[in-house]
This record gives sequence, structure tokens and C-alpha cells, in this order.
Amino acid sequence: MSAGAAVLGRELRLALRSGGGAGLGLAFFLITVLLMPFGVGPEPEKLATVAVGTLWIAALLACLLSLDRLFQADQEDGTLDILALSPLPLETLVALKAAAHWLSTGLPLVAAAPLLGITLNLPAPAFPWLVASLAIGTPGLSFLGAIGAALTIGIRRGGLLLSLLVLPLYIPSLIFGASAATAAAEGRDPGPAMLLLAGLTLAIVALAPFVGAAAIRLNLR
Amino acid sequence: MSLWRYANPAEFMRVSGRVLPVLWALTAACLAIGLGWGFFIAPDDYQQGATVKILFIHVPAALMAINAWLMMLVTSLIWLVRRHHVSALAARAAAPVGATMTVIALLTGAIWGQPMWGTWWAWDPRLTSFFILFVFYLGYIALWEAVDEPDKAADLTSVLCLVGSVFALLSRYAVFFWSQGLHQGPSLSLDRTENVDNAFYWPLLVSIAGFVLLFLSLVLLRTRTEIRARRLRALQEVEARA
Amino acid sequence: MGLLVEGLSCNRAGRPVLEGIALEVPDGGCLTLRGPNGAGKSTLLRVLAGLLPATSGTIALDGIRLDRDRDLYGERLAYAGHLDAIKPQLSVAENLAFWAALHGSGGTAAALDALDLAAIAERPAHVCSAGQKRRLGLARLLVAPRRLWLLDEPTVSLDADAVARLLAVLREHLSGGGMAVIATHADLGLPEQRVLRLAPLAARAAARHTGPFLAGDWA
Repeated sequence: MSAGAAVLGRELRLALRSGGGAGLGLAFFLITVLLMPFGVGPEPEKLATVAVGTLWIAALLACLLSLDRLFQADQEDGTLDILALSPLPLETLVALKAAAHWLSTGLPLVAAAPLLGITLNLPAPAFPWLVASLAIGTPGLSFLGAIGAALTIGIRRGGLLLSLLVLPLYIPSLIFGASAATAAAEGRDPGPAMLLLAGLTLAIVALAPFVGAAAIRLNLR
Repeated sequence: MSLWRYANPAEFMRVSGRVLPVLWALTAACLAIGLGWGFFIAPDDYQQGATVKILFIHVPAALMAINAWLMMLVTSLIWLVRRHHVSALAARAAAPVGATMTVIALLTGAIWGQPMWGTWWAWDPRLTSFFILFVFYLGYIALWEAVDEPDKAADLTSVLCLVGSVFALLSRYAVFFWSQGLHQGPSLSLDRTENVDNAFYWPLLVSIAGFVLLFLSLVLLRTRTEIRARRLRALQEVEARA
Repeated sequence: MGLLVEGLSCNRAGRPVLEGIALEVPDGGCLTLRGPNGAGKSTLLRVLAGLLPATSGTIALDGIRLDRDRDLYGERLAYAGHLDAIKPQLSVAENLAFWAALHGSGGTAAALDALDLAAIAERPAHVCSAGQKRRLGLARLLVAPRRLWLLDEPTVSLDADAVARLLAVLREHLSGGGMAVIATHADLGLPEQRVLRLAPLAARAAARHTGPFLAGDWA
């Protein structure tokens, strides 16, 4: 088993075993969507107009939940020191941890989104595009979150600060992702927004590990 | 003699202490002339009436809101590359000033917008971009406050400033995409400086100069305070060990 | 070749913690760091591990300079700090298997045996005692061959039997030409033991006004 597979396997095992990560994010997603109709009213037409936005914003907030422990838990028990000394580059470590975060938090949201879309009366043509936009957009959210988590490693109660740092970074992803699904719902071409979202996510996935690793190095010294 | 000489706190304190009174005097003069000219001498706009006068505060504040962030970006880079303490502290000192300028721009914009557009707030791309910029300022200031160790705080906020700059710019273009993607093109244009009349042009220019000087004075003052706070901290540490 | 350190200084949060440290550990040698709390023992170990940057001075392991060839240097050492780097949700064997896989070596059986962990290999780490966790933390040293071991208070919470096992493991490491730098208050009774005594720098450095914010007289 290679070093990378070992890290990924361990991260996923920890996310599933502690009963944290995966389940909690999904539950939060469900509850947020459940609350929405109480806020805007039960009329199907009204819900249809806010369905895409609700699902995207709920997914965005659910992604934040387990981020603050991404590196902090490893720093508190000394694991981060040993990982920093291991042959695995820190950049790879950040990328693997962000990938594991997406697999345990982002992917379940993508799977649950169409079911919740039904409850919000999401227009039929928007379903595939909503799922696609979340599938393409949420990896970027996890990788951006890794930057925030790396910046707030040493901060007690860093979770709130992390939200303040990371949520503004989510704005472009949210705009492109929600635009694609909305365009499909309104019978327009979702292509341009989707391509921009894909390009943005690819750039984030390519660059965020370097920024995150730099922040961890600054934190370790 | 190199510019980096002033990165030494002692040297910076000496020079800034002499420059600051002059800067304050120039600031007061420019603001008095620019705003006085704009408010009392320049004519009312034939369409907008007296409401046009808020532009003498709104436009300079908006300019400084963006320039303050640019200054933080440059000083953060200098800290990361050359590790000059004054540079990091100047970035820290500029953030609240920039955030305040952003708020002033947003508030004066709302006051101008109410009579002109009939609404205090519209999700116009430009308004939205400034709102986003304000949130970036908040995050930056919060990170400085949260990290106990000053040098580490400087490191981490510098990284945040770099990432924030990229995403603030990205958000600006994304917002234009969003606003045109969801609605018709913007019917409310805020681009007034381009076709502004000569009667407004000169007082506006003096006001802008006044705001630039005000920003410089405030940042110098705040940087001096930050440097003194660091010296106090260092002296207290020496005291504790003795 | 061994470990060679010259003129090493380290500042933390702008304050000097180590100054002018020179030490040499030959192949098969063991250096014990002693000194009161706050003398900089843990800091020195972290600097030697490359986790903290040295302010000045050189560190070379088998002729490989830490400041020039970080990766090669790092591949020759193993560090065990006062935290054991254990995930409570994973079993003892899973914890160890992860470190083995990360360092590209497969076998954990020998390491489990050497520190008497085989019997509790399947036990979740969160139900292990402090001594068992410590042994698990030390077992990590054995999953991949490393020239230099850096140990921070390795005997804390170990009983006499476990200390004996640790010493056996250490002796084997040293007799194979390995090196060790150990910060400890206990007398380990290792053969040919060298000792470096560290005194808190605070008292000596207190009077000096250094650092960018202390230099000069201004207010």
C-alpha cells in the first residue's frame, strides 16, 4: 500500500468510524433544507424559485462543518509533526485530506441533493444539472476549506473564524454552480456557467494544496 | 541609502514622527478645500440636484477601499519575502481603515441611491462587489486578532491576503456574470466619474487627494501604535524573564 | 559519519531559547539531554528533527546538511515527541500499520513484538492505558529503519518492565550503528552515554536588548 493510499484510507476510516464527518454533514444538509419551507412558505411555485439556491447554500454550509478538525486534530495529538517529517510531501497530504473530506462530506450531499430537490419542487430539467453542478463544484469547496483549516490550525475555537475566512471564498463557486442549475430550470443553456465552474474547481484543486501546505509550514514553526 | 532603511522600527518611528504632523495638515487642507468647494461652491446637478454632492465623499472612499487592500497585498508580500516587521504591521494597520472606507462607500452609496433609484440597496454588481470586499476585510482583521504570536499572525494573514486578493477579484467578475446571467443587464449604472462635468471634476480631484492623505495619515498613526504595542510586549517579556 | 551540530541557536517568538549549541554523536552513539524545565531540551530535539528552523548554526547528519538537503536529511531520522500521534478511534495495529505504510515498509509484527503490544494489537487505542499508548508511540520508531532517533522523555508513564524493553530496543538500534538523542530526567544506564547539560537561557539573555523592537531608545 502506498503512502498516499494509506493517508486516504486512514482519513476515510476516521471519518466513518468516529461517527463524525460524513453522517453529520449529511444530517445538517437535510435539516437546513427542511427548515427552508418554514421560512418561505409551503407554496410549490415559491419553493421552486428558491430550490437551487437552498440546495447549494445548504451544501456549502454542510461542507464547513467538519473542516475545522481537518488539521487541528492531527496537530493536537502530534500526528501532524510526524506527517511533516514523513517522506510524503505536505502538498500531497493537504490534497489527500481535502479529497477525503470531499468523499466523506461532499459526495453524500451530491447523492442526497436530487431527493431533496423533489421536496422543494425543483423543475424537472434542472435535476441533472443541479447534481452535476454540485458534483463539479463541491470538490473545490473542500479544497478551499483545506486552506482555511490550515490557516486556523493553532487557534482555539477556530471553527467560527474558519467560516468567516472560507465562506467569502465560496462565492464564485456558488455563483457559477447555482447559475448553471438555475439556467437549466428556466430552459436556458447551462453550459457556460458549468464550464466556468469546472475551470474554477480545477484551478482550486490544482493550487489550493500548495497554499494549504505553506500555511501548515508557517504554523509548525 | 536604501528604502529598506525605513523598515527598521526605530528609523520608521523617527521619520514617521516628523512626517505625520505635515501629513495631517495637508489632509485637513485638502479635505477642507475639496469638500467645501464641492458642497458649497460647485453647482447642483441639473438632473440629480443636491444629491450629487455626496459623490465628493463616495467616490474617494470607494477608491481608498480598494487601494487599501492593494496596499495590504503589497506589504504582505514584502513581509513574506523580506520579513520586515514594519511592513507586516502596516498591513495590519491599514485593514480597519480600508474596512471603514468600504462602509463609508456603501453607506453614502445607499444615501445617494435612495432618492435616485428609489431604493437603499440593489444587488447591482458594483454594490455587491464592495459588500464582498468588506467581508474579506472582516476575515483578515479577525485572523490577526485570533493568532497570539505576532510573527505567526503576520505570516498567516499574509497568506490570507494573497488568497483573498485572488478571490476578491474572481468574485468581482463572477458577480458580473451572476447579475447579467440571472437578470437583464444592469439598468442602474454607477459609472458617473467618466462623464462628470468640469464643475465637479476639480473639487472631486482635491477630495480624492484629501482622502489619500487621510488614509496615509491614519495608516502611519496606526502603524506607530502597532510598533509601540510590539515594543511594549517585547519589553514586558524581558521584564518577565529578569 | 554521525550527527554534527555547530553553533546552533534558535529563537522562539522572538526570544532566544538555544544559543551556541555544539554537539557530536558518532555512529552507535547516544546523547542524553539534561536540564531543568524550560532549558530547551524539547526545542533542541524539534530543531534537530527539522520541525523548527534554527536561527543560526549548522546541522549535518552523515554529512547531509539539514538546511541544504531537507528531504534526504529527514529520511534518516525518526522523532518521538511527548505526544504519541495516536488516533483513538483506530486499533493499535491499525495505528502502527498506517505509519508503516506511510514510510513504505510493510511489517509491523516485529515492532509489535519488541514493545510487547502483540497481545493488544486489536484493541482500540482509546481504551489503552497511558503506558500502552506510549509503547505504541515508540513502536513507530521500529516500522522503518532510521539512522537517528530523537526521543523526548521516552520513559514517561512506562513501568519498569516497559523501560527494560525500551532499553533493549535502544541497545539494538545503537549496536547496529544507529544514533539517538534523548531528552530525559531518568537515568537510562546506557553504555558509553554522553550527556549534554542545558541551562535555561532566560537568565543569561535577560539583560540584553535585542530584536527589532528592542533596539534603540524610542517610545
